[in-house]
Amino acid sequence: MSELSRLSVTQLAAAVTERRVSAIEVTRAALERIAQHDADIHAYLYVDREGALAAAAQLDRLLAAGDVSLPLAGVPIGIKDNLCTRGVRTTCASRILEGYIPPYDAHVVERLRAAGAIIIGKLNLDEFAMGSSNENSAFGPVRNPWDKTRTPGGSSGGSAAAASLALAAATLGSDTGGSVRQPGSYCGVTAIKPTYGRVSRYGLIAFASSLDQVGPLARNMRDAARLLGVIAGRDARDATSVDRPVPDYEAECGRELRGMRVGVVKGIADGCDASVKQALALAIERIAALGCEIVEVELPHQRYALSVYYIVANAEASSNLARFDGMRYGLRVTGEDLRATYQKSRAQGFGAEVKRRIMLGTYVLSAGYYDALYLKAQRVRTLIQQDYARAFERCDVLLTPTAPTPAFRLGEKLADPMAMYMQDIFTLPPSLAGIPAVSVPCGLSPEGLPLGLQVCAPAFEEARLVRVGQAFEAVSGFRPEPPGF
Amino acid sequence: MASAYETVIGLEVHAQLLTRSKLFCGCSTEFGAAPNSHVCQVCLGLPGSLPQLNGRAVELAMRAALALGCSVTERSVFARKNYFYPDLAKNYQISQYELPMNVRGQLAIEVDGRERVVGITRIHLEEDAAKNLHGAGSGHFTLVDYNRAGTPLMEIVSEPDLRSAAEAEEYLKRLREILLFIGVNDGNLEEGSFRCDANVSIRPLGQKEFGTRVELKNINSFRFVRKAIEFEVARQIALVAGGGKVVQETRTWSEAQSKTLPMRSKEDAMDYRYFPDPDLLDLVIDRSQVDAVRAVLPELPLHKRARYVAELGVTAADAQVLTQHPEVARFYEALVDALADRDPKQRAVWGKRAANFVQAELLRHVQLDGARAEFGVTPERIAQLLRLVESGAISGKQAKSVFSSMLSTGKSAETLVQEQGLMQVSDTAAIEAAAREVLARNQENVQAYRAGKTNVLGFFVGQVMRAMQGAGNPKLVNDTLQKLLREES
Repeated sequence: MSELSRLSVTQLAAAVTERRVSAIEVTRAALERIAQHDADIHAYLYVDREGALAAAAQLDRLLAAGDVSLPLAGVPIGIKDNLCTRGVRTTCASRILEGYIPPYDAHVVERLRAAGAIIIGKLNLDEFAMGSSNENSAFGPVRNPWDKTRTPGGSSGGSAAAASLALAAATLGSDTGGSVRQPGSYCGVTAIKPTYGRVSRYGLIAFASSLDQVGPLARNMRDAARLLGVIAGRDARDATSVDRPVPDYEAECGRELRGMRVGVVKGIADGCDASVKQALALAIERIAALGCEIVEVELPHQRYALSVYYIVANAEASSNLARFDGMRYGLRVTGEDLRATYQKSRAQGFGAEVKRRIMLGTYVLSAGYYDALYLKAQRVRTLIQQDYARAFERCDVLLTPTAPTPAFRLGEKLADPMAMYMQDIFTLPPSLAGIPAVSVPCGLSPEGLPLGLQVCAPAFEEARLVRVGQAFEAVSGFRPEPPGF
Repeated sequence: MASAYETVIGLEVHAQLLTRSKLFCGCSTEFGAAPNSHVCQVCLGLPGSLPQLNGRAVELAMRAALALGCSVTERSVFARKNYFYPDLAKNYQISQYELPMNVRGQLAIEVDGRERVVGITRIHLEEDAAKNLHGAGSGHFTLVDYNRAGTPLMEIVSEPDLRSAAEAEEYLKRLREILLFIGVNDGNLEEGSFRCDANVSIRPLGQKEFGTRVELKNINSFRFVRKAIEFEVARQIALVAGGGKVVQETRTWSEAQSKTLPMRSKEDAMDYRYFPDPDLLDLVIDRSQVDAVRAVLPELPLHKRARYVAELGVTAADAQVLTQHPEVARFYEALVDALADRDPKQRAVWGKRAANFVQAELLRHVQLDGARAEFGVTPERIAQLLRLVESGAISGKQAKSVFSSMLSTGKSAETLVQEQGLMQVSDTAAIEAAAREVLARNQENVQAYRAGKTNVLGFFVGQVMRAMQGAGNPKLVNDTLQKLLREES
């Protein structure tokens, strides 16, 4: 049974479609594996045992009734707990939403279900997706399967850890400034942050609306590509989702890279952990050896990304999180009057990091600071976008490390928010530019911790990410399986 | 009354757009439904939901903009107005701020025979809040009905061009009328679909700078607008004349106390932290969309009145009555169309006859409700009735009773006239036969007539009509009797 859980997404879908194994069997195996391994990891906030078994039974009946071909038939998928699931608790790892049950499915969840996927449970995260270590979860952090004293990264730490240890065939996370890529790097899984507008945000509980994107995390590029193909595409309910055809991402697997121009930024990894520097150099070498031309490009405004991000994202967050006020749903702590009820509910409902960001965001939008901070940040954001536009005139994809270090120890950076924020310096700029990026496992540090290579492409060129990522995966021969896998 | 001060007023009107669904979701905008029955994840602001702009609301706002001479901006931006209140599900309102949809229009008004053009600064789109029911139940809590949350509104902001309460009232009446006639708003002040706030200040005559303004709220009837502004102006003049200063504040009209009361001061003014809503794209409207809306812009009431006078043979006073409501105007026009072809002379004749009937009869029975009107009868059926009168088949007096039967029975005029045997007999032979019989039976009166007592003619007419059960054509009966009385002398 456990063998079943270690199969890839594409293998499982084929086996279930060809009825070599039933969806129920696959689901039972996944539930069993979660029961066996997750107590140590705490990737799941909720395992929807009954819902998953019912969905699997229904799928089996459908498959028995006729010739049905579904891209994710019977594939157990874990969902980050900031994505709404109809009738299943959705908390954003926050006390303020404890016990909240959405009346509708997020668009991506609808898509997964329609593709035959079995939603196995809800995955842990930093509260409201704010954080880089998963330590901001109100329900306790996730532990990194590679070293349980370390962080899985964040905010999609549960999604990365679960994918890494095969506690689901693959998972969905959300990425605002690196929240699928950085944990992907820390846990040794492939994590795609699609172009802003490629995937509908409908039903994703907003952190920063102009940055948030849902993305897949999987143990190989082909699996991630298949999930992306399922969730991508226009949804009228999200005005920012874009109406463009969704290419066959999987078809990019196995294609040659010969002739591609690959951009690198000189000195980008200076100041990173030595293992990160080394892994990047080796990755560039391997990709060059596949017949690519390595081109040096410049991203002069990248150094402002952190400041810009924490102004824009927090401004939006301060407004997005205003609705959690104890009036309609979630935690209510009654005070002597309306104002006191607001204050008490929010004071007790939100954790420290969420409060910090709401306060920062409120500040940058206030009269007198709006122009100097928010508007200026938006202008610099445009400059960052232009940097990429210029760089992509000279190259087809761009390589950087995903994170400056391998996974750090739990508790290590809790006292120093700036040090924590620095974990995102490579993932923030593509987010601000709205372009797609993937983190692909690219080796282990001397301590045996996974490292990630970030590949960026121009908007809506996810196909290039799949092509380069999969070719690199094939040539590196690296199978990122955590101890005890 | 001569005063040393000039009054300066600017008005902000919130008008609900007549869309079937809300501004950012598909929920119904129906008024008066059971509380919280027209709600979904979007208008309840549930986590993860996103707004989806209602294209019809954009179209209607554009229509209003064009009717008021505004320019439709090519690119406008939705912004979030952030503040905490339980009637606001997301704790921000989606509105437009720096870049509104429509700018720079005007509206002509006439007060005491003096025409003035009032500038319109902007018209923007925004969503309405929910309705708080304070002190409901045991009185210790507030209930919130989110049915209204997300209803599309346009805010119409005037320039500070109004100089008296009377002008303000006239501006509101003209504005309400235009919005009603172009079908974008039902003008219903009672249900709150047309609401007004006023900015009022005074300044010494001749001074160019504006005085400190006070914002007046809760003035949701034309009468309140006038009373509140008049009170506020008097209050400010008395204050300044007494050596005091007007403070910038928001005041509310108390109908019970007949005065404005302080609500909040400038210091309490909230910082709404407006910023562009990242969930919505910029609203981009190209020229062809504007042209398309312009092409179907309904005729404005002012044009209608001029046209009725010029083409349909009615007086200015008639035209005013006929355009009191768009549905009345629509009925009247349909009636004229049913009666007359394109010939201008015919249209003028029938136009006047139709106007007379509409004013004398139809309007006594019409039920107006917001943008709707219930006439209980179609213009085509009234046309049939008026044709019966015109042909002499029934009298004008009979037409009134037939009309009343039409309303109560739903039957057509022709059916009723036939059923009741009302058709006037214009057959001279039949009338003559009846007249001869009456005269034969009343020789005394015949003698009296011939002796010069001609007023007995009325008695004969009555007798003949009675003999014919009222169906005789009165003019023919009259003529026939006179002829017979002469003949036999």
